[in-house]
Amino acid sequence: MDEKKLAIIATKGTLDWAYPPFILASTAAALGYETQIFFTFYGLQLLKKDVSDLKVSPLGNPGMPMKMPFGPKWFRDINWNIPNAVQAIVPGYESLATTLMKMTIKNNGVATIPELRSLCQEADVKFIACQMTVELFGFEHSDFISGIEFGGAATFFEFAGETDICLFI
Amino acid sequence: MDFNKDLDARGLNCPLPILRTKKTLNEMASGEVLRVIATDPGSVKDFAAFAKQTGNELLSSSEGGGEFTFFIKKK
Repeated sequence: MDEKKLAIIATKGTLDWAYPPFILASTAAALGYETQIFFTFYGLQLLKKDVSDLKVSPLGNPGMPMKMPFGPKWFRDINWNIPNAVQAIVPGYESLATTLMKMTIKNNGVATIPELRSLCQEADVKFIACQMTVELFGFEHSDFISGIEFGGAATFFEFAGETDICLFI
Repeated sequence: MDFNKDLDARGLNCPLPILRTKKTLNEMASGEVLRVIATDPGSVKDFAAFAKQTGNELLSSSEGGGEFTFFIKKK
């Protein structure tokens, strides 16, 4: 049986959306897929050396439960339905939500982004950063982790054209 | 059941139990058996799918006291 192939385009640069590409790529690699992720636009944030500043925003995101990761069960079960107008005006709201999300991630035994990213690299998942976006956003190659490649849309299609699964995230 | 290696994946959530299992199997010889204990309820389906796709044999899958135990024979 030929080795299966998976290509992913990662376009989001928030803590929550950092998970799907890394989870799927690391799992595919463990299942024997040859895997590549093409990081473009905000997805480039996921390749920066320091990803500790990735944030999650509950603002305008009605699908995100807002529950506290500490306290007694009745307290943790409350879904804090805070209006967008309030979220938008309170300074540091996004940072607070991110801190709480990171606590929830830890409490649930979910891997951190740096952990999943290194697991991908250990499993030979190839990371390609979109060179056009690197220039557009004023990044330097030195802003990113080592072991990645820089390329454009044609580079992506060279591999994507031969894949069994291709995902846009 | 006899096993050659033991992996404690308790408290870990998807996809870590599978990734740790794959890593551990890489260090083992063909025919050796790995025991994995996990608490992630999703792992029951995931280990069956992992075995099916990688060719490593899932010898048994059982549940007890909120823990899931898998025996996997390396291809």
